[in-house]
Amino acid sequence: MTPAEISDFLTNFTIFTLAILCGFAVISKVPATLHTPLMSGANSIHGIVLVGSMFIAVAATEPLSQILSLIAVAFATMNVVGGYVVTDRMLQMFKRKPVAAPKPADEPEA
Amino acid sequence: MIDIAILEPLVRIAWLVGAVAFVLGLIRMNSPATARNGNLLSAGGMAVAIIATALYLLLRPGGGLGGSLTVGWLIIVVGIAIGGGLGLYTARTVKMTAMPQLVSLFNAVGGGAAALIAIDGYLRISAAPGLQENVATVLDIVIGSITFTGSLIASGKLMGRIPGKPIQIPGGQLVTAALAIIVVVGGIYLWAGNYSLPVMFLILAASLVFGVTMTLPIGGADMPVVISLLNSFTGTAVAMAGFVLENPVLIIAGALVGASGAILTKLMADAMNRSVINIMVGGFGGGDSVAGAVGAEGASVRELGVDDAAIQLAYAQHVIVVPGYGLAVAQAQHAVRELAELLEERGVDVKYAIHPVAGRMPGHMNVLLAEANVPYPQLKEMDDINPEFERADVALVVGANDVTNPAARRAGTPVSGMPILDVDHAKSIVVIKRSMGKGYAGIDNELYTNPKTGMLFADAKEGLASLVAAVKAL
Repeated sequence: MTPAEISDFLTNFTIFTLAILCGFAVISKVPATLHTPLMSGANSIHGIVLVGSMFIAVAATEPLSQILSLIAVAFATMNVVGGYVVTDRMLQMFKRKPVAAPKPADEPEA
Repeated sequence: MIDIAILEPLVRIAWLVGAVAFVLGLIRMNSPATARNGNLLSAGGMAVAIIATALYLLLRPGGGLGGSLTVGWLIIVVGIAIGGGLGLYTARTVKMTAMPQLVSLFNAVGGGAAALIAIDGYLRISAAPGLQENVATVLDIVIGSITFTGSLIASGKLMGRIPGKPIQIPGGQLVTAALAIIVVVGGIYLWAGNYSLPVMFLILAASLVFGVTMTLPIGGADMPVVISLLNSFTGTAVAMAGFVLENPVLIIAGALVGASGAILTKLMADAMNRSVINIMVGGFGGGDSVAGAVGAEGASVRELGVDDAAIQLAYAQHVIVVPGYGLAVAQAQHAVRELAELLEERGVDVKYAIHPVAGRMPGHMNVLLAEANVPYPQLKEMDDINPEFERADVALVVGANDVTNPAARRAGTPVSGMPILDVDHAKSIVVIKRSMGKGYAGIDNELYTNPKTGMLFADAKEGLASLVAAVKAL
Protein backbone atom coordinates (compact mmCIF):
# COMPACT_ATOMS: atom_id res chain seq x y z
CA MET A 1 0.00 0.00 0.00
CA THR A 2 1.19 3.49 -0.77
CA PRO A 3 1.19 6.13 1.98
CA ALA A 4 -1.80 7.78 0.30
CA GLU A 5 -3.75 4.50 0.34
CA ILE A 6 -2.86 3.93 3.98
CA SER A 7 -4.05 7.42 4.80
CA ASP A 8 -7.34 6.85 2.93
CA PHE A 9 -7.86 3.55 4.65
CA LEU A 10 -7.24 5.07 8.08
CA THR A 11 -9.73 7.85 7.36
CA ASN A 12 -12.36 5.29 6.39
CA PHE A 13 -11.51 3.06 9.32
CA THR A 14 -11.82 6.01 11.72
CA ILE A 15 -15.29 6.78 10.38
CA PHE A 16 -16.22 3.10 10.64
CA THR A 17 -15.03 2.78 14.26
CA LEU A 18 -16.75 5.95 15.45
CA ALA A 19 -19.99 4.97 13.69
CA ILE A 20 -19.95 1.62 15.50
CA LEU A 21 -19.52 3.34 18.87
CA CYS A 22 -22.27 5.76 17.93
CA GLY A 23 -24.59 2.83 17.12
CA PHE A 24 -23.89 1.20 20.48
CA ALA A 25 -24.59 4.43 22.35
CA VAL A 26 -27.82 5.23 20.54
CA ILE A 27 -29.33 1.77 20.66
CA SER A 28 -28.66 0.84 24.25
CA LYS A 29 -31.11 3.50 25.43
CA VAL A 30 -34.15 2.14 23.58
CA PRO A 31 -36.86 0.45 25.73
CA ALA A 32 -37.80 -3.16 24.97
CA THR A 33 -41.27 -2.19 23.71
CA LEU A 34 -39.74 -0.42 20.75
CA HIS A 35 -37.28 -3.15 19.79
CA THR A 36 -39.26 -4.51 16.85
CA PRO A 37 -39.89 -1.09 15.26
CA LEU A 38 -36.28 -0.24 15.98
CA MET A 39 -35.00 -3.37 14.28
CA SER A 40 -37.16 -2.55 11.31
CA GLY A 41 -35.97 1.07 11.34
CA ALA A 42 -32.33 0.00 11.44
CA ASN A 43 -33.14 -2.45 8.66
CA SER A 44 -34.29 0.45 6.48
CA ILE A 45 -31.12 2.41 7.17
CA HIS A 46 -28.90 -0.23 5.60
CA GLY A 47 -30.94 0.38 2.46
CA ILE A 48 -28.38 3.17 1.96
CA VAL A 49 -26.67 0.45 -0.09
CA LEU A 50 -28.84 1.91 -2.87
CA VAL A 51 -26.32 4.75 -3.17
CA GLY A 52 -23.57 2.22 -3.87
CA SER A 53 -25.81 0.32 -6.28
CA MET A 54 -26.42 3.52 -8.28
CA PHE A 55 -22.68 4.05 -8.61
CA ILE A 56 -22.09 0.57 -10.01
CA ALA A 57 -25.07 0.96 -12.36
CA VAL A 58 -23.60 4.09 -13.94
CA ALA A 59 -20.16 2.50 -14.20
CA ALA A 60 -21.46 -0.73 -15.79
CA THR A 61 -20.20 -1.47 -19.30
CA GLU A 62 -20.60 -5.24 -19.66
CA PRO A 63 -24.11 -6.75 -19.98
CA LEU A 64 -23.42 -8.99 -16.94
CA SER A 65 -22.45 -5.97 -14.90
CA GLN A 66 -25.57 -4.15 -16.04
CA ILE A 67 -27.77 -7.06 -14.98
CA LEU A 68 -26.06 -7.36 -11.60
CA SER A 69 -26.39 -3.65 -10.94
CA LEU A 70 -30.06 -3.69 -11.98
CA ILE A 71 -30.72 -6.43 -9.43
CA ALA A 72 -28.71 -4.53 -6.82
CA VAL A 73 -30.66 -1.30 -7.41
CA ALA A 74 -34.01 -3.14 -7.26
CA PHE A 75 -33.03 -5.06 -4.10
CA ALA A 76 -31.73 -1.94 -2.36
CA THR A 77 -34.80 0.13 -3.26
CA MET A 78 -37.07 -2.59 -1.94
CA ASN A 79 -35.07 -2.49 1.30
CA VAL A 80 -35.38 1.30 1.58
CA VAL A 81 -39.01 1.81 0.57
CA GLY A 82 -40.45 -1.30 2.20
CA GLY A 83 -38.40 -0.82 5.35
CA TYR A 84 -39.48 2.74 6.03
CA VAL A 85 -43.12 2.14 5.13
CA VAL A 86 -43.50 -0.95 7.32
CA THR A 87 -41.71 0.79 10.22
CA ASP A 88 -44.03 3.76 9.88
CA ARG A 89 -47.04 1.45 9.92
CA MET A 90 -45.82 -0.13 13.15
CA LEU A 91 -45.12 3.20 14.82
CA GLN A 92 -48.39 4.70 13.70
CA MET A 93 -50.02 2.25 16.06
CA PHE A 94 -48.25 3.67 19.07
CA LYS A 95 -50.20 6.87 18.62
CA ARG A 96 -51.68 7.87 21.95
CA LYS A 97 -55.33 8.38 22.44
CA PRO A 98 -55.76 12.10 23.20
CA VAL A 99 -56.76 11.35 26.81
CA ALA A 100 -53.87 9.95 28.78
CA ALA A 101 -50.20 10.74 28.73
CA PRO A 102 -48.79 9.23 31.92
CA LYS A 103 -45.36 10.84 31.97
CA PRO A 104 -45.49 13.90 29.73
CA ALA A 105 -42.37 15.31 31.39
CA ASP A 106 -40.27 12.63 29.70
CA GLU A 107 -41.20 13.64 26.22
CA PRO A 108 -39.67 16.53 24.37
CA GLU A 109 -42.04 18.65 22.33
CA ALA A 110 -42.54 16.93 19.00
CA MET B 1 -22.16 20.71 -16.39
CA ILE B 2 -21.04 21.81 -12.96
CA ASP B 3 -17.39 21.79 -11.97
CA ILE B 4 -16.48 18.55 -10.19
CA ALA B 5 -14.65 20.65 -7.57
CA ILE B 6 -18.03 22.05 -6.48
CA LEU B 7 -20.13 18.95 -7.12
CA GLU B 8 -18.02 16.53 -5.11
CA PRO B 9 -18.11 18.51 -1.83
CA LEU B 10 -21.85 19.13 -2.26
CA VAL B 11 -22.70 15.45 -2.55
CA ARG B 12 -20.45 14.69 0.40
CA ILE B 13 -22.26 17.28 2.52
CA ALA B 14 -25.60 15.78 1.49
CA TRP B 15 -24.35 12.33 2.59
CA LEU B 16 -23.29 13.83 5.91
CA VAL B 17 -26.78 15.29 6.32
CA GLY B 18 -28.19 11.82 5.64
CA ALA B 19 -25.87 10.17 8.18
CA VAL B 20 -26.76 12.75 10.84
CA ALA B 21 -30.46 12.15 10.17
CA PHE B 22 -29.96 8.38 10.65
CA VAL B 23 -28.33 8.91 14.04
CA LEU B 24 -30.84 11.52 15.23
CA GLY B 25 -33.69 9.39 13.91
CA LEU B 26 -32.52 6.40 15.93
CA ILE B 27 -32.23 8.62 19.03
CA ARG B 28 -35.82 9.78 18.54
CA MET B 29 -36.92 6.15 18.34
CA ASN B 30 -36.16 5.93 22.08
CA SER B 31 -39.61 7.04 23.11
CA PRO B 32 -42.95 5.88 21.73
CA ALA B 33 -44.01 9.52 21.48
CA THR B 34 -41.18 10.57 19.16
CA ALA B 35 -40.48 7.24 17.43
CA ARG B 36 -42.60 7.87 14.37
CA ASN B 37 -41.08 11.28 13.91
CA GLY B 38 -37.63 9.68 14.26
CA ASN B 39 -38.38 7.18 11.52
CA LEU B 40 -39.56 9.97 9.22
CA LEU B 41 -36.40 11.94 9.98
CA SER B 42 -34.34 8.88 9.05
CA ALA B 43 -36.36 8.44 5.85
CA GLY B 44 -35.81 12.11 5.03
CA GLY B 45 -32.06 11.67 5.46
CA MET B 46 -32.22 8.68 3.15
CA ALA B 47 -34.10 10.73 0.53
CA VAL B 48 -31.50 13.52 0.72
CA ALA B 49 -28.63 11.04 0.31
CA ILE B 50 -30.24 9.26 -2.64
CA ILE B 51 -31.40 12.39 -4.49
CA ALA B 52 -27.98 14.01 -4.02
CA THR B 53 -26.34 10.87 -5.42
CA ALA B 54 -28.69 10.91 -8.41
CA LEU B 55 -27.93 14.59 -9.12
CA TYR B 56 -24.21 13.97 -8.70
CA LEU B 57 -24.24 11.11 -11.21
CA LEU B 58 -26.35 13.15 -13.63
CA LEU B 59 -24.39 16.39 -13.47
CA ARG B 60 -20.94 14.90 -13.18
CA PRO B 61 -18.69 16.16 -15.99
CA GLY B 62 -17.92 13.34 -18.37
CA GLY B 63 -21.15 11.49 -17.54
CA GLY B 64 -20.93 7.98 -16.12
CA LEU B 65 -17.91 6.47 -14.47
CA GLY B 66 -16.82 4.75 -17.67
CA GLY B 67 -20.21 3.29 -18.55
CA SER B 68 -22.93 4.72 -20.73
CA LEU B 69 -24.88 7.33 -18.80
CA THR B 70 -28.12 6.56 -20.64
CA VAL B 71 -27.94 2.84 -19.97
CA GLY B 72 -26.85 3.53 -16.39
CA TRP B 73 -29.83 5.77 -15.84
CA LEU B 74 -32.18 3.28 -17.43
CA ILE B 75 -30.89 0.66 -14.99
CA ILE B 76 -31.38 3.01 -12.03
CA VAL B 77 -34.89 4.09 -13.03
CA VAL B 78 -36.11 0.59 -13.87
CA GLY B 79 -34.48 -0.87 -10.75
CA ILE B 80 -36.00 1.77 -8.48
CA ALA B 81 -39.42 1.31 -10.10
CA ILE B 82 -39.36 -2.48 -9.64
CA GLY B 83 -37.86 -2.49 -6.14
CA GLY B 84 -39.85 0.49 -4.93
CA GLY B 85 -43.11 -0.94 -6.25
CA LEU B 86 -42.53 -4.34 -4.64
CA GLY B 87 -41.39 -2.79 -1.37
CA LEU B 88 -44.31 -0.37 -1.19
CA TYR B 89 -46.88 -2.99 -2.08
CA THR B 90 -45.69 -5.64 0.37
CA ALA B 91 -45.12 -3.14 3.19
CA ARG B 92 -48.59 -1.66 2.85
CA THR B 93 -50.50 -4.90 2.47
CA VAL B 94 -48.73 -7.11 5.01
CA LYS B 95 -50.72 -8.08 8.10
CA MET B 96 -49.07 -6.92 11.30
CA THR B 97 -48.73 -10.50 12.50
CA ALA B 98 -46.72 -11.32 9.37
CA MET B 99 -44.47 -8.31 9.77
CA PRO B 100 -41.38 -10.07 11.20
CA GLN B 101 -40.97 -12.22 8.09
CA LEU B 102 -41.27 -9.14 5.87
CA VAL B 103 -38.52 -7.38 7.83
CA SER B 104 -36.44 -10.50 7.28
CA LEU B 105 -37.17 -10.38 3.54
CA PHE B 106 -36.14 -6.71 3.31
CA ASN B 107 -33.01 -7.64 5.21
CA ALA B 108 -32.27 -10.41 2.69
CA VAL B 109 -32.47 -8.09 -0.31
CA GLY B 110 -30.33 -5.46 1.45
CA GLY B 111 -27.63 -8.07 2.09
CA GLY B 112 -28.00 -9.32 -1.48
CA ALA B 113 -27.47 -5.82 -2.89
CA ALA B 114 -24.35 -5.35 -0.75
CA ALA B 115 -22.92 -8.67 -1.96
CA LEU B 116 -23.70 -7.80 -5.60
CA ILE B 117 -21.68 -4.59 -5.32
CA ALA B 118 -18.58 -6.54 -4.32
CA ILE B 119 -19.18 -9.30 -6.89
CA ASP B 120 -19.62 -6.75 -9.65
CA GLY B 121 -16.51 -4.89 -8.54
CA TYR B 122 -14.48 -8.10 -8.58
CA LEU B 123 -15.68 -9.04 -12.09
CA ARG B 124 -14.49 -5.69 -13.43
CA ILE B 125 -10.89 -5.99 -12.32
CA SER B 126 -8.30 -8.38 -13.62
CA ALA B 127 -5.69 -8.22 -10.88
CA ALA B 128 -5.86 -8.27 -7.11
CA PRO B 129 -6.93 -4.84 -5.84
CA GLY B 130 -5.30 -2.92 -3.02
CA LEU B 131 -5.47 -4.40 0.45
CA GLN B 132 -8.40 -2.30 1.69
CA GLU B 133 -10.56 -3.14 -1.31
CA ASN B 134 -9.43 -6.76 -1.32
CA VAL B 135 -10.26 -7.41 2.33
CA ALA B 136 -13.55 -5.51 2.10
CA THR B 137 -14.58 -7.28 -1.14
CA VAL B 138 -14.18 -10.75 0.34
CA LEU B 139 -15.91 -9.80 3.60
CA ASP B 140 -18.75 -8.13 1.70
CA ILE B 141 -19.31 -11.19 -0.52
CA VAL B 142 -19.17 -13.61 2.42
CA ILE B 143 -21.33 -11.65 4.89
CA GLY B 144 -23.77 -10.38 2.27
CA SER B 145 -24.39 -13.87 0.83
CA ILE B 146 -24.82 -15.48 4.25
CA THR B 147 -27.35 -12.78 5.12
CA PHE B 148 -29.18 -13.19 1.82
CA THR B 149 -29.89 -16.91 2.06
CA GLY B 150 -30.06 -16.95 5.87
CA SER B 151 -32.73 -14.24 5.94
CA LEU B 152 -34.73 -15.94 3.19
CA ILE B 153 -34.76 -19.17 5.21
CA ALA B 154 -35.70 -17.27 8.40
CA SER B 155 -38.50 -15.55 6.53
CA GLY B 156 -39.69 -18.86 5.08
CA LYS B 157 -39.75 -20.42 8.53
CA LEU B 158 -41.85 -17.60 9.96
CA MET B 159 -44.21 -17.78 6.97
CA GLY B 160 -44.59 -21.50 7.53
CA ARG B 161 -43.30 -22.29 4.03
CA ILE B 162 -40.39 -24.10 5.69
CA PRO B 163 -41.18 -26.13 8.82
CA GLY B 164 -40.51 -24.06 11.93
CA LYS B 165 -39.02 -26.95 13.79
CA PRO B 166 -35.26 -27.38 13.67
CA ILE B 167 -34.22 -29.28 10.56
CA GLN B 168 -31.17 -31.41 11.08
CA ILE B 169 -29.17 -31.91 7.92
CA PRO B 170 -27.40 -35.28 7.87
CA GLY B 171 -23.84 -34.56 8.88
CA GLY B 172 -24.95 -30.95 9.20
CA GLN B 173 -22.19 -29.79 11.48
CA LEU B 174 -19.56 -31.38 9.25
CA VAL B 175 -21.04 -29.67 6.19
CA THR B 176 -21.16 -26.33 7.98
CA ALA B 177 -17.59 -26.74 9.20
CA ALA B 178 -16.40 -27.71 5.70
CA LEU B 179 -18.11 -24.63 4.21
CA ALA B 180 -16.53 -22.41 6.85
CA ILE B 181 -13.10 -23.83 6.02
CA ILE B 182 -13.62 -23.20 2.29
CA VAL B 183 -14.56 -19.59 3.00
CA VAL B 184 -11.65 -18.95 5.37
CA VAL B 185 -8.99 -20.65 3.22
CA GLY B 186 -10.32 -19.05 0.03
CA GLY B 187 -10.46 -15.66 1.71
CA ILE B 188 -6.88 -15.87 2.92
CA TYR B 189 -5.77 -16.99 -0.55
CA LEU B 190 -7.35 -13.90 -2.12
CA TRP B 191 -6.10 -11.56 0.60
CA ALA B 192 -2.58 -12.81 -0.04
CA GLY B 193 -2.77 -10.89 -3.32
CA ASN B 194 -3.98 -13.58 -5.70
CA TYR B 195 -6.68 -12.74 -8.23
CA SER B 196 -8.88 -15.69 -9.04
CA LEU B 197 -12.48 -15.68 -10.29
CA PRO B 198 -13.01 -19.42 -9.59
CA VAL B 199 -11.94 -18.94 -5.97
CA MET B 200 -14.26 -15.93 -5.64
CA PHE B 201 -17.19 -17.96 -6.99
CA LEU B 202 -16.29 -20.86 -4.69
CA ILE B 203 -16.40 -18.51 -1.70
CA LEU B 204 -19.69 -17.06 -2.93
CA ALA B 205 -21.29 -20.49 -3.34
CA ALA B 206 -19.99 -21.71 0.02
CA SER B 207 -21.32 -18.58 1.75
CA LEU B 208 -24.75 -18.92 0.15
CA VAL B 209 -25.02 -22.55 1.27
CA PHE B 210 -23.61 -21.65 4.69
CA GLY B 211 -26.48 -19.18 5.20
CA VAL B 212 -28.94 -22.04 4.60
CA THR B 213 -27.23 -24.65 6.77
CA MET B 214 -26.73 -22.10 9.54
CA THR B 215 -30.43 -21.13 9.71
CA LEU B 216 -32.23 -24.41 8.97
CA PRO B 217 -31.36 -26.15 12.26
CA ILE B 218 -32.65 -23.23 14.35
CA GLY B 219 -36.19 -23.46 15.73
CA GLY B 220 -38.95 -21.05 14.73
CA ALA B 221 -39.16 -19.48 18.20
CA ASP B 222 -35.51 -18.42 17.97
CA MET B 223 -36.00 -16.71 14.59
CA PRO B 224 -36.31 -13.18 16.06
CA VAL B 225 -32.82 -13.46 17.48
CA VAL B 226 -31.55 -14.85 14.18
CA ILE B 227 -33.21 -12.08 12.15
CA SER B 228 -31.72 -9.47 14.45
CA LEU B 229 -28.29 -11.05 14.07
CA LEU B 230 -28.65 -11.15 10.28
CA ASN B 231 -29.77 -7.51 10.34
CA SER B 232 -26.50 -6.72 12.06
CA PHE B 233 -24.65 -8.77 9.43
CA THR B 234 -26.29 -6.80 6.62
CA GLY B 235 -25.19 -3.56 8.24
CA THR B 236 -21.64 -4.89 8.34
CA ALA B 237 -21.84 -6.05 4.72
CA VAL B 238 -23.03 -2.58 3.67
CA ALA B 239 -20.14 -1.00 5.58
CA MET B 240 -17.78 -3.34 3.70
CA ALA B 241 -19.40 -2.27 0.42
CA GLY B 242 -18.59 1.26 1.58
CA PHE B 243 -14.92 0.31 1.92
CA VAL B 244 -14.99 -1.26 -1.56
CA LEU B 245 -16.48 1.86 -3.12
CA GLU B 246 -14.72 4.23 -0.69
CA ASN B 247 -18.08 5.75 0.10
CA PRO B 248 -18.36 7.28 3.60
CA VAL B 249 -22.15 7.24 3.90
CA LEU B 250 -22.26 3.48 3.30
CA ILE B 251 -19.57 3.00 5.91
CA ILE B 252 -21.35 5.14 8.51
CA ALA B 253 -24.86 3.77 7.97
CA GLY B 254 -23.61 0.19 7.72
CA ALA B 255 -21.55 0.42 10.91
CA LEU B 256 -24.45 2.08 12.72
CA VAL B 257 -26.78 -0.80 11.83
CA GLY B 258 -24.10 -3.39 12.49
CA ALA B 259 -23.70 -2.07 16.04
CA SER B 260 -27.43 -1.66 16.65
CA GLY B 261 -28.19 -5.16 15.42
CA ALA B 262 -25.52 -6.63 17.67
CA ILE B 263 -26.91 -4.89 20.76
CA LEU B 264 -30.49 -5.84 19.92
CA THR B 265 -29.49 -9.45 19.32
CA LYS B 266 -27.85 -9.65 22.72
CA LEU B 267 -30.83 -8.02 24.45
CA MET B 268 -33.24 -10.48 22.84
CA ALA B 269 -31.11 -13.48 23.69
CA ASP B 270 -30.70 -12.25 27.28
CA ALA B 271 -34.45 -11.88 27.68
CA MET B 272 -34.84 -15.53 26.66
CA ASN B 273 -32.03 -16.52 28.99
CA ARG B 274 -29.98 -17.91 26.13
CA SER B 275 -26.65 -17.05 24.68
CA VAL B 276 -26.41 -16.08 21.04
CA ILE B 277 -23.92 -18.89 20.46
CA ASN B 278 -26.28 -21.38 22.07
CA ILE B 279 -29.02 -20.31 19.63
CA MET B 280 -26.76 -20.42 16.60
CA VAL B 281 -25.67 -23.95 17.47
CA GLY B 282 -29.37 -24.68 17.14
CA GLY B 283 -31.49 -27.74 17.54
CA PHE B 284 -32.83 -26.82 20.98
CA GLY B 285 -36.28 -25.42 20.37
CA GLY B 286 -39.35 -27.15 18.99
CA GLY B 287 -40.43 -24.31 16.74
CA ASP B 288 -44.10 -23.71 16.22
CA SER B 289 -45.33 -27.13 17.26
CA VAL B 290 -47.92 -26.94 20.00
CA ALA B 291 -48.39 -30.70 20.18
CA GLY B 292 -49.04 -32.61 23.37
CA ALA B 293 -52.07 -34.28 24.90
CA VAL B 294 -54.37 -32.55 27.34
CA GLY B 295 -53.46 -33.33 30.94
CA ALA B 296 -50.02 -34.75 30.47
CA GLU B 297 -47.88 -36.16 33.27
CA GLY B 298 -47.12 -34.45 36.55
CA ALA B 299 -49.31 -32.90 39.20
CA SER B 300 -53.00 -32.46 38.57
CA VAL B 301 -54.42 -29.34 36.98
CA ARG B 302 -57.79 -27.76 37.61
CA GLU B 303 -59.89 -27.31 34.51
CA LEU B 304 -62.12 -24.27 34.41
CA GLY B 305 -65.37 -23.79 32.49
CA VAL B 306 -65.95 -20.70 30.36
CA ASP B 307 -68.77 -19.47 32.63
CA ASP B 308 -66.70 -19.81 35.79
CA ALA B 309 -63.86 -17.90 34.19
CA ALA B 310 -66.24 -15.20 32.97
CA ILE B 311 -67.69 -14.72 36.46
CA GLN B 312 -64.22 -14.42 37.98
CA LEU B 313 -63.25 -11.77 35.44
CA ALA B 314 -66.50 -9.82 35.53
CA TYR B 315 -66.57 -9.45 39.31
CA ALA B 316 -62.90 -8.66 39.74
CA GLN B 317 -61.57 -5.17 40.46
CA HIS B 318 -58.13 -5.54 38.96
CA VAL B 319 -57.40 -7.83 36.03
CA ILE B 320 -53.99 -8.24 34.44
CA VAL B 321 -53.89 -9.80 30.98
CA VAL B 322 -50.71 -11.70 30.12
CA PRO B 323 -50.56 -12.11 26.33
CA GLY B 324 -47.98 -14.45 24.81
CA TYR B 325 -46.77 -16.20 21.71
CA GLY B 326 -49.99 -18.23 21.47
CA LEU B 327 -52.05 -15.05 21.21
CA ALA B 328 -49.87 -13.79 18.39
CA VAL B 329 -50.11 -17.10 16.52
CA ALA B 330 -53.91 -17.25 16.92
CA GLN B 331 -54.14 -13.55 15.92
CA ALA B 332 -56.36 -13.01 18.94
CA GLN B 333 -55.33 -9.42 19.64
CA HIS B 334 -58.73 -8.02 18.64
CA ALA B 335 -60.57 -10.60 20.72
CA VAL B 336 -58.53 -9.75 23.82
CA ARG B 337 -59.21 -6.03 23.35
CA GLU B 338 -62.93 -6.72 23.01
CA LEU B 339 -62.92 -8.68 26.27
CA ALA B 340 -60.94 -5.95 28.04
CA GLU B 341 -63.34 -3.23 26.87
CA LEU B 342 -66.29 -5.25 28.04
CA LEU B 343 -64.71 -5.66 31.46
CA GLU B 344 -63.86 -1.97 31.66
CA GLU B 345 -67.49 -1.10 30.95
CA ARG B 346 -68.30 -3.10 34.06
CA GLY B 347 -65.81 -1.05 36.06
CA VAL B 348 -62.96 -3.54 36.06
CA ASP B 349 -59.45 -2.10 35.90
CA VAL B 350 -57.59 -3.91 33.07
CA LYS B 351 -53.88 -3.81 32.39
CA TYR B 352 -51.61 -5.80 30.11
CA ALA B 353 -48.35 -7.32 31.32
CA ILE B 354 -45.89 -7.40 28.44
CA HIS B 355 -42.87 -9.63 28.80
CA PRO B 356 -39.89 -8.35 26.81
CA VAL B 357 -40.00 -11.34 24.46
CA ALA B 358 -43.79 -11.77 24.27
CA GLY B 359 -44.98 -12.40 20.73
CA ARG B 360 -42.57 -13.20 17.98
CA MET B 361 -40.11 -10.42 18.58
CA PRO B 362 -39.35 -8.06 21.44
CA GLY B 363 -41.96 -5.34 21.29
CA HIS B 364 -44.04 -7.27 18.77
CA MET B 365 -46.85 -7.75 21.29
CA ASN B 366 -47.08 -3.99 21.80
CA VAL B 367 -47.46 -3.54 18.06
CA LEU B 368 -50.14 -6.22 17.81
CA LEU B 369 -52.12 -4.83 20.73
CA ALA B 370 -51.71 -1.29 19.47
CA GLU B 371 -53.06 -2.43 16.12
CA ALA B 372 -56.13 -3.71 17.96
CA ASN B 373 -56.52 -0.22 19.51
CA VAL B 374 -55.50 -1.19 23.01
CA PRO B 375 -54.60 2.16 24.67
CA TYR B 376 -50.84 2.42 25.01
CA PRO B 377 -50.90 3.43 28.73
CA GLN B 378 -52.56 0.08 29.57
CA LEU B 379 -49.52 -1.82 28.31
CA LYS B 380 -47.12 -2.31 31.21
CA GLU B 381 -43.58 -3.55 30.95
CA MET B 382 -42.43 -6.40 33.14
CA ASP B 383 -40.65 -4.38 35.82
CA ASP B 384 -43.58 -2.00 36.20
CA ILE B 385 -46.31 -4.61 36.38
CA ASN B 386 -44.66 -7.28 38.52
CA PRO B 387 -45.34 -5.53 41.88
CA GLU B 388 -48.99 -5.12 40.81
CA PHE B 389 -49.73 -8.83 40.47
CA GLU B 390 -50.23 -9.10 44.26
CA ARG B 391 -53.16 -6.70 44.04
CA ALA B 392 -54.64 -8.33 40.94
CA ASP B 393 -57.81 -10.34 41.52
CA VAL B 394 -57.39 -12.29 38.29
CA ALA B 395 -54.41 -12.76 36.01
CA LEU B 396 -55.58 -13.89 32.57
CA VAL B 397 -52.79 -15.72 30.76
CA VAL B 398 -53.41 -16.04 27.01
CA GLY B 399 -50.94 -18.22 25.16
CA ALA B 400 -47.97 -17.38 27.35
CA ASN B 401 -45.98 -20.20 28.88
CA ASP B 402 -42.30 -20.12 29.82
CA VAL B 403 -42.34 -16.41 30.69
CA THR B 404 -44.76 -17.20 33.52
CA ASN B 405 -43.05 -20.31 34.91
CA PRO B 406 -42.13 -19.85 38.59
CA ALA B 407 -39.48 -22.55 38.12
CA ALA B 408 -37.32 -19.78 36.65
CA ARG B 409 -36.76 -18.47 40.19
CA ARG B 410 -35.04 -21.72 41.19
CA ALA B 411 -31.65 -22.86 40.03
CA GLY B 412 -31.16 -25.93 37.89
CA THR B 413 -34.02 -25.75 35.38
CA PRO B 414 -33.74 -24.83 31.69
CA VAL B 415 -35.51 -21.54 32.39
CA SER B 416 -33.53 -20.66 35.53
CA GLY B 417 -32.59 -17.04 35.71
CA MET B 418 -34.96 -16.01 32.93
CA PRO B 419 -36.86 -12.90 33.96
CA ILE B 420 -40.53 -13.88 34.41
CA LEU B 421 -43.83 -12.22 35.10
CA ASP B 422 -44.94 -12.82 38.70
CA VAL B 423 -48.30 -14.19 37.57
CA ASP B 424 -48.41 -16.64 40.49
CA HIS B 425 -48.66 -13.70 42.91
CA ALA B 426 -52.15 -12.88 41.66
CA LYS B 427 -55.11 -13.94 43.81
CA SER B 428 -56.48 -16.09 41.04
CA ILE B 429 -55.15 -17.18 37.68
CA VAL B 430 -56.98 -18.13 34.49
CA VAL B 431 -54.92 -19.71 31.73
CA ILE B 432 -56.25 -19.98 28.18
CA LYS B 433 -54.22 -22.62 26.41
CA ARG B 434 -54.81 -25.17 23.68
CA SER B 435 -53.38 -28.08 25.59
CA MET B 436 -50.89 -29.01 28.27
CA GLY B 437 -48.22 -28.92 25.56
CA LYS B 438 -44.89 -27.69 26.76
CA GLY B 439 -43.49 -24.30 25.99
CA TYR B 440 -40.38 -23.50 24.11
CA ALA B 441 -38.08 -24.58 26.95
CA GLY B 442 -39.67 -28.03 26.87
CA ILE B 443 -40.51 -28.23 30.60
CA ASP B 444 -43.73 -28.31 32.61
CA ASN B 445 -45.03 -24.95 33.77
CA GLU B 446 -45.49 -25.04 37.54
CA LEU B 447 -47.98 -22.21 37.22
CA TYR B 448 -50.53 -24.61 35.73
CA THR B 449 -50.45 -26.93 38.73
CA ASN B 450 -50.76 -24.04 41.20
CA PRO B 451 -54.01 -24.49 43.21
CA LYS B 452 -54.97 -20.90 42.37
CA THR B 453 -54.87 -21.64 38.64
CA GLY B 454 -57.79 -22.67 36.48
CA MET B 455 -57.10 -23.94 32.96
CA LEU B 456 -59.43 -23.01 30.11
CA PHE B 457 -58.47 -25.33 27.27
CA ALA B 458 -59.11 -23.52 24.00
CA ASP B 459 -57.46 -21.78 21.09
CA ALA B 460 -56.65 -18.22 22.20
CA LYS B 461 -59.06 -16.61 19.76
CA GLU B 462 -61.97 -19.01 20.36
CA GLY B 463 -61.40 -19.02 24.12
CA LEU B 464 -61.49 -15.22 24.28
CA ALA B 465 -64.54 -15.07 22.02
CA SER B 466 -66.43 -17.49 24.25
CA LEU B 467 -65.39 -15.46 27.32
CA VAL B 468 -66.73 -12.31 25.66
CA ALA B 469 -70.04 -14.06 25.00
CA ALA B 470 -70.18 -15.41 28.56
CA VAL B 471 -69.45 -12.02 30.15
CA LYS B 472 -72.11 -10.39 27.98
CA ALA B 473 -74.62 -13.00 29.11
CA LEU B 474 -74.01 -12.29 32.81
